[in-house]
Amino acid sequence: MSESDIQVAHIAKLARLQLTPEEEAEFQTEIEAILSYVDKLQNLNVDGVEPTAHATQITNVIRDDVSGKTQDREKTLANAPDVADEVLLKVPAVLGGAH
Amino acid sequence: MAKLSAKPVAGSIAGAAVQLATGDITAVALVEGIYSRYEEVDDEVKGYLQINKEKALVAAAESDARRAAGNTLSAYDGVPIAIKDNISVDGETCGCASKLLEGYTATYDATVVQKLKAQGFIPMGRTNMDEFAMGSSTENSAYQQTRNPANTDHVPGGSSGGSAAVVAAGEAIAALGSDTGGSIRQPAGFCGVVGLKPTYGRVSRFGLVAFASSLDQIGPVTHTVEDAAILLDMIAGKDQLDSTSIPDVECNLAASLKGADVKGMKVGLPKEFFEIDVLNDEVKAKVEAVRDQLEAAGAELVEVSLPNLEYAVSVYYVIATAEASSNLSRFDGIRYGARVEKTKDVKDIYYLTREAGFGDEVKRRIILGTYVLSSGYYDAYYLRAQKARTLIRQDFEAAFEQCDVILGPIAPAPAFKLGEISDPLQMYLSDIYTISVNLAGNCAISVPAGETESGLPVGVQFIGDSLQEEKILKAAQFVEQQQAQQGD
Amino acid sequence: MEYEAIIGLEVHVQANTATKMFCACPNNFGSEPNTNVCPICLGYPGVLPTPNREAINKTVLAGLMLNCEIPEFSKFDRKAYWYPDMPKNYQITQYDLPFCIDGKVLVEGKALTGELEPKYIGITRIHLEEDVGKSTHAGTYTGVDYNRAGVPLMEIVSEPDMRTADEAWAYLTALRQTMQYAGVGNCDMEKGQMRCDVNISVRPVGQKEFNTKTEIKNLNSIKSVHASIDYEIERQIEMLENNEEFKQQTRGWNEASQETYVMREKEDAHDYRYFPEPDLMPVVLTADKVAEIKEKMPETPAAKRARFVEELGLPAYDAQVLCLEKATADWYETAVATGADPKKVSNWIMTELLRELSDAGLSINECPITPENLGELLGLIDKKVINGRIAKEVFAEMFKTGDAPGKIVKDKGLEQVTDTSAISEFVIQAIDNNEKAVGEYLAGKETALNFLVGQVMRFSRGKANPNLAQEALKEELAKRG
Repeated sequence: MSESDIQVAHIAKLARLQLTPEEEAEFQTEIEAILSYVDKLQNLNVDGVEPTAHATQITNVIRDDVSGKTQDREKTLANAPDVADEVLLKVPAVLGGAH
Repeated sequence: MAKLSAKPVAGSIAGAAVQLATGDITAVALVEGIYSRYEEVDDEVKGYLQINKEKALVAAAESDARRAAGNTLSAYDGVPIAIKDNISVDGETCGCASKLLEGYTATYDATVVQKLKAQGFIPMGRTNMDEFAMGSSTENSAYQQTRNPANTDHVPGGSSGGSAAVVAAGEAIAALGSDTGGSIRQPAGFCGVVGLKPTYGRVSRFGLVAFASSLDQIGPVTHTVEDAAILLDMIAGKDQLDSTSIPDVECNLAASLKGADVKGMKVGLPKEFFEIDVLNDEVKAKVEAVRDQLEAAGAELVEVSLPNLEYAVSVYYVIATAEASSNLSRFDGIRYGARVEKTKDVKDIYYLTREAGFGDEVKRRIILGTYVLSSGYYDAYYLRAQKARTLIRQDFEAAFEQCDVILGPIAPAPAFKLGEISDPLQMYLSDIYTISVNLAGNCAISVPAGETESGLPVGVQFIGDSLQEEKILKAAQFVEQQQAQQGD
Repeated sequence: MEYEAIIGLEVHVQANTATKMFCACPNNFGSEPNTNVCPICLGYPGVLPTPNREAINKTVLAGLMLNCEIPEFSKFDRKAYWYPDMPKNYQITQYDLPFCIDGKVLVEGKALTGELEPKYIGITRIHLEEDVGKSTHAGTYTGVDYNRAGVPLMEIVSEPDMRTADEAWAYLTALRQTMQYAGVGNCDMEKGQMRCDVNISVRPVGQKEFNTKTEIKNLNSIKSVHASIDYEIERQIEMLENNEEFKQQTRGWNEASQETYVMREKEDAHDYRYFPEPDLMPVVLTADKVAEIKEKMPETPAAKRARFVEELGLPAYDAQVLCLEKATADWYETAVATGADPKKVSNWIMTELLRELSDAGLSINECPITPENLGELLGLIDKKVINGRIAKEVFAEMFKTGDAPGKIVKDKGLEQVTDTSAISEFVIQAIDNNEKAVGEYLAGKETALNFLVGQVMRFSRGKANPNLAQEALKEELAKRG
């Protein structure tokens, strides 16, 4: 059973990658090959098996609500590619307003 | 080709500690020594992306002053150490060998760096790597091709190829690398040095630029097994800043190695390891030689089984790419790093910046990882891989009921030639011996076990159960001693 | 045809912790832009999140207050979402295993436009996530301030149980009240500490299935939630009547024109790609741990209202008004604890105190009068030291100066005059100066007496005891008659 019917163009959009047509074609072929190998997973019987999300089985790693050091704004702005009004990080206009 | 393998100034961390203590050498002289070797060979090795001699000299002079005043921070105060370009050092670049992070200056120390600095180690130089640690040859660096010091026509392995190469070429006493699917062990094996991947959670990941969060670990790349133990002792421990780090574990590995032997050690040999058809004969012979030496020294050999090994590559490339696709989404040219000029709206920032900033392998993995998490495919790929991961973990649990350590190859073959493997899948399949360890969260070490006829280093791997670093270090130390005797 | 609206709310409430959800930056509103940030909440390369205990405890407390179940096992997940104010381009949230599930909250009493029958609104879940930064749009560019990025945010998702704008108004009011009672969130909607999205559809009464819903965003007050629902119900009914086709829409609220408008016609096929957050370990909340949090649980607003009615004998309306804010209810109870009559205290708060506060633009916490002092004032009335009219004067002075009523009465010499000889002086003054009224009274017009009592009060500058004044007047007039 093959599960892979990947549309690289669509997935690249989800991942915010602007592929060239050449890249798109190349990745489509390569990733299909990888997926057809990965698809051997479909043969494995995993009924009743719990998924592993972490390599260790620790729980409740929680910190106390105590404030610590913040980063100097100069450093934040120095790393930013573009700055607005001397205090904000600047990006081109966000279309469509809020979330 | 050229052979540039060499011992560094003072030989090792332990050696440097002795010479610093006796006054035979100063920290400044160590830094100078490392730097002059760098000038001598790095044009060819290209292991460092950057090295800051002046800054290291200032730190070295401070260290020497502390020593003169009797205030050393530790026995290792003044020892320079190379750092892989994905581990954060305050005030230095941390570019992961990617164009996308050009212009980014780290504003904090990774926990491991903080710990090393507290012991007086001097971070000196950023080592080359596959972009965002994605690769097995360091050919995916956006900046330069690191070469294997044992034979410069060959790759150093990857992704910590820069760390392994600078150590092997004697232009670093030791280095830190990171291992997500073999990225410390395989380059160490290819270059003929020692590389240790600690148990997941033993070393804080805070400050390690994440590739696959549930698989990544920072570990040492060194000239000797003892040095690997020393460095792990320095960097291990629970970190409040890393929720996945394991609490309450003592780490006194260097001390435990003194006078240790392998008598009575149960060494597991997974039959599946030797059934892999691409396993190179010379590599197989080295593993068998080590096996025989162990037996001769009183170790007990046990056949074990890892029945789900054949699924490891599939499981790994689903889980690692899924996590990576998410981890790398923060690289968008908004808060730091390189942004493509002339973006007309915010969507351009994402699309154009990421298109220009990421290399092919990174894009390939982001696409794969995005796909396996996307609507309609999550259960068939990601969830299924997580379940298969459980089976792989259980395989190791069962094996470690029968043995103390598992012996095996690191890679099916020694270092390949630059440009030799271009098919991504073929490259992934070469990770078969290392990735299952990351999936299970166990520890493993790569130790040199001789050379091929053509002079390429071959390493063997010892895998230990969770937190059983002491056992794999003892086994590796035995191999190191055997090699030294053979070399005499 | 008759129609009914199906309304569900998604409410975000910032938890009022000292620090952010996953880093130690201060959780402060109103700081200079980009000063409450660190590599972690900026999503710098290599950082890791660590969850805030207080935020988790507060979420569980909120859940308990809203009658939720607290599952033993919870975890965090990542939600992919590209936006410049989202530093990692994924949000750490909870997907399938949130901290709280299956709750309910009672709505009843007076709502914005009418009276509500008591009704429970179901709460599907409460999960904990991180807030995003704040974008300021300035024409050709957008500026981002990350101070808010990473502030702990509880998302409370209701069942589609509401049918009217009043019910939604009452539900939101109850939620805000509950959060404030629990001390888990300040819920100032103007500061964005509480935000609400409305899901709404309309169907003919009797129809079982739901029609296509609309989501309303950008609602800045509980009042605009109410107004937008009323607007939307009317708009959707009109569409149904005209047989217009419904598309799933996200609409915004225009406060100026009091209308909703289309923000997005058809949602971009969102693919959030949720998966378990590998950087965070699961959270196990044992029964003991939950019990420990439960011990700190304050009385719910509904329980408090019921107690005020049953134990203190207040009318339901008084209880509703007093319990609207916990601080007011606490203030009230402290005043009653001085031994004052519960209904009289309620009257003073509802008629005098709340008005003064509102005129002065102060919250109850900033009230210059202490509840103990109001108790003392009522005591002075009871003991006839002052009368009701003087009491209002004293109250105004208390509000102005914060002084105790006893001190004000003493300093200003406002004690009620009960000394009969002093009162008869005022009586004589009143009679001498009001021949006409005296004549009328003596001619048999009883009501003229009230006027004369008023005159006595006037000459005494309000200090005379009105009962004594009346008796003395009658006595003196009898002499003259």
